[in-house]
Amino acid sequence: MSAEEIMIVKGLKKYFKTTRGIVKAVDDVSFSVMKNETFGLVGESGSGKSTVGHVVMGIYGPTAGSITFMGNDISMGVGRRAKELKKRLQIVFQDPASSLNPRRTIGQILELPLRVHRLAPEGKYRERVLEIMDLIELPREFAERYPGEQGGGEKQAVAIGRALATGPTFIVLDEPTSALDVSIQAKIINMLMKFQKEFDLSYLFITHNLSLMRNVAQRVGIMYLGKIVELAGTPEFFSNPLHPYTKMLLSAVPVITPEEEKLKPEKVTSTGEISGALNVPPGCSFHPRCPFVMDVCSKVVPAQIEYKKGHYVACHLYNQA
Amino acid sequence: MAEQLLEVNDLCVNYKVYEGLLRVLNGVSLSVGSKEKVGIIGESGCGKTTTMKAVMRILATNAVVPSGTIAYKSNDLLKLGRQELMRLHRTSMSMIFQDPTAALNPVFKVGEQLKDIVRYSEFTSNAPTKQEVKTKAVELLKSAALPEPERILDSYPFQLSGGMRQRVCIAMSLASAKDLLIADEPGTSLDVTIEDQIMRLLKQIVEDRGLSVILISHSIGAVKGFVTKLYVMYAGTMVEEAPTDELFSNPVHPYTQNLLKAVPKLTGGGVPEGIAGRIPSYLTIGDGCRFASRCRSAKESCHVHAPPAFDIGNGHRVACFHYGDI
Amino acid sequence: MRRATSHGRFDYRKSWHKFSRNYLSVVGLGVVLLVAFLAIFASYVTLYPSHAEFYVNFPEAREPPNWAHLFGTDQFGRDVLTRIVFGFRYSLMMAIVVLSLVVAPGVVLGLVAGYYRGGKVDMAIMRTADIFLAVPPLVLALSICSVLTPSVFNAMMAVSLMWWPWYTRLVYSIASSLRNEAFVQAAEIAGASPFHIIFREILPNCLGPILTKMTLDAGWVILIGASLSFVGLGAQPPTPDLGTMVSDGAKLLPEQWWISIFPALTIVLVILGFNLLGDGVRDMFSAETV
Repeated sequence: MSAEEIMIVKGLKKYFKTTRGIVKAVDDVSFSVMKNETFGLVGESGSGKSTVGHVVMGIYGPTAGSITFMGNDISMGVGRRAKELKKRLQIVFQDPASSLNPRRTIGQILELPLRVHRLAPEGKYRERVLEIMDLIELPREFAERYPGEQGGGEKQAVAIGRALATGPTFIVLDEPTSALDVSIQAKIINMLMKFQKEFDLSYLFITHNLSLMRNVAQRVGIMYLGKIVELAGTPEFFSNPLHPYTKMLLSAVPVITPEEEKLKPEKVTSTGEISGALNVPPGCSFHPRCPFVMDVCSKVVPAQIEYKKGHYVACHLYNQA
Repeated sequence: MAEQLLEVNDLCVNYKVYEGLLRVLNGVSLSVGSKEKVGIIGESGCGKTTTMKAVMRILATNAVVPSGTIAYKSNDLLKLGRQELMRLHRTSMSMIFQDPTAALNPVFKVGEQLKDIVRYSEFTSNAPTKQEVKTKAVELLKSAALPEPERILDSYPFQLSGGMRQRVCIAMSLASAKDLLIADEPGTSLDVTIEDQIMRLLKQIVEDRGLSVILISHSIGAVKGFVTKLYVMYAGTMVEEAPTDELFSNPVHPYTQNLLKAVPKLTGGGVPEGIAGRIPSYLTIGDGCRFASRCRSAKESCHVHAPPAFDIGNGHRVACFHYGDI
Repeated sequence: MRRATSHGRFDYRKSWHKFSRNYLSVVGLGVVLLVAFLAIFASYVTLYPSHAEFYVNFPEAREPPNWAHLFGTDQFGRDVLTRIVFGFRYSLMMAIVVLSLVVAPGVVLGLVAGYYRGGKVDMAIMRTADIFLAVPPLVLALSICSVLTPSVFNAMMAVSLMWWPWYTRLVYSIASSLRNEAFVQAAEIAGASPFHIIFREILPNCLGPILTKMTLDAGWVILIGASLSFVGLGAQPPTPDLGTMVSDGAKLLPEQWWISIFPALTIVLVILGFNLLGDGVRDMFSAETV
């Protein structure tokens, strides 16, 4: 592990047993996040990106593979992790309405992590909570109110405040602004960027919004049905996409300005329907929808190769090396 | 000006709640011509869905319409009786909702729901045979680009994917939409690639059948390639109205300008700034310009008087006193 | 007109507004309060308090309703109305005692089973609850009572024993669905103990249904209690009890109809009152629309 890598995920697999079969939500995913970096994980619903976040946090234990955080192995459920590590690793969930208990006040929600980890002397908890309120730019009297009375932006600010309360070094951001309007989204993202600089944070940023990703992440990985199909630095990823799925996604992004239109790759249309995670197609899981499909695609799973320095892709089109 | 298919004039809608009166819509006006495609963009809570519900007369029971008119094909929709309204709904106008999963009854097969609608809209005068109804239903599903229509008729909504459910809803609305189709954020709950497919499908259907469309969205990019005229709504008011290209190249209202700037760009450029403050509460809202509390160019007078819509030529109207100096 | 709301803790006025929107709920509340008042002050508000104990006056027995005895007298000459009012005491006592015994354990078991959903604890608790629920309530109570000496106390024990699983099941369904909500996951990630999560995060979200059920249950417990007394397994003579009165008077139907009909109607009225009140409690906890 290089001195720079704060989190290393190797060969991560998470399979769920359901009554209808095995769902391979995450199927052999590997990536690492550098210190103070924002690593973006992009994909549509069913890609497994949220599950990656959940396994990293320990909401589920992995089926296989390893996760190393700050040199420690955390490949297990959150109940079995060292308490010290729990302080350093936090998450902001997508839907602020369900990630904040509607029957607890904002002050109580912020106080919980402080109490659990005893981060303030007895009697000083109130003060710490109010300090956090200042940090997330909410009026102090909101601490007495319930989350339900607030708008989406305020709720998400509280979720961020809760994540920051324990002084973490790494935060998993699971679609933090997908439920918010564009004008509030900008405010929340700016807040996150400010905190990243101020508190030396590293982010795993999960989203399906490519335009947003372009502006927040230094490196991006794109997932499809449980696998990372392409991974590259942000400028390279957006100006020189390799995988047909990446091109399909980029060409479908709704944009406003003519410059963005020019940047988008030529329209790639899907030739089929997306299969559910229950019936992952053999070989390359994307082949039923791929307009460039070849014979080998339905038989052999493409390996991930480093096509250019720092730019990885898993596609037979580029395997002819 | 040509006869408009739908004309909403100075519509006000309030909601009665325990705490008092929510004065949501504050004099909203819009018009849709025959075969015209119109878009409404705005953020959540701005009243775009309320406006459409008022047009379809499906407002909640605690809603009050103190003033305004909605003229549709020379009928005043607000004053129309139940029978007439039903007839219009079955044969002339229709709506697609945001969440296709919620719009379909989960305990009935898709076929049953679709055939019901077909019976009421296509065969209003004579009683159809089962075969006629089924044929028509299959035809509708085909025009919504659904493969294997017979199998879909026989499926329950949960057996279909999100994109397919939305296409079923589109098919259902096609049964009754002969003149006007209202689409309330049709792609929001779908993935980007599926949303793209759905929007292209809608565009093709609308053009094939010569329908007028009102497309509501908070995704500005999705709306751009589709409509010819755009309305921008904020806190229950129409703040700007212009032909699509004109709006993007020359946004005049401060809210529109900020909104367009707040969208992250695919070409990079860093995280945009966003707009400080939040939407004012409809309970305590004053009579002045509703954007004044967040507007950087607001003057004293803005907080007192609500600006009317000024016509600045080229089909472009702005509700702002200071449009010249911004 | 704008009404101020207090942010934060419980907003009494808004809750009353939600409760009283349906006038029947207020009627239910009135009935229940009236019954409670009568039960507490029975000795003072009734005309013949001594009739509630051992009392015999054959010359005045079996009198139909008249101005001296509004509901008539029974076969021993006791005033039916007075005995009904005293009977409320036992009915209400039954409801209070049973619910006090049953709600706390039932709720806790449901919370624990829901939190550890899918595991052995869940299985153990819920299958036990299932066993109790599989037996028809009255049959279970009857069998227990017939083994023990018939008395009000034993009747209450029997009813308690078969009542707890309903709360367990109710709370289990809420707790197990909330288990996977993001805010519970967030609390776990923060490192909160299971105790905290169960009682501070999940329980507050169950309060509405629990309180509603308790209100409705009061009525049902009274009915079961009366049924047990009806077959002789509850209150023993001369204790006035609505169920016993119905059964005693049944032998004298249809000529001296007032001896059993009035207690029976009262039972109906009391249960109706609790039901209407329960509707109101449910409304009070419901989310506001718009």
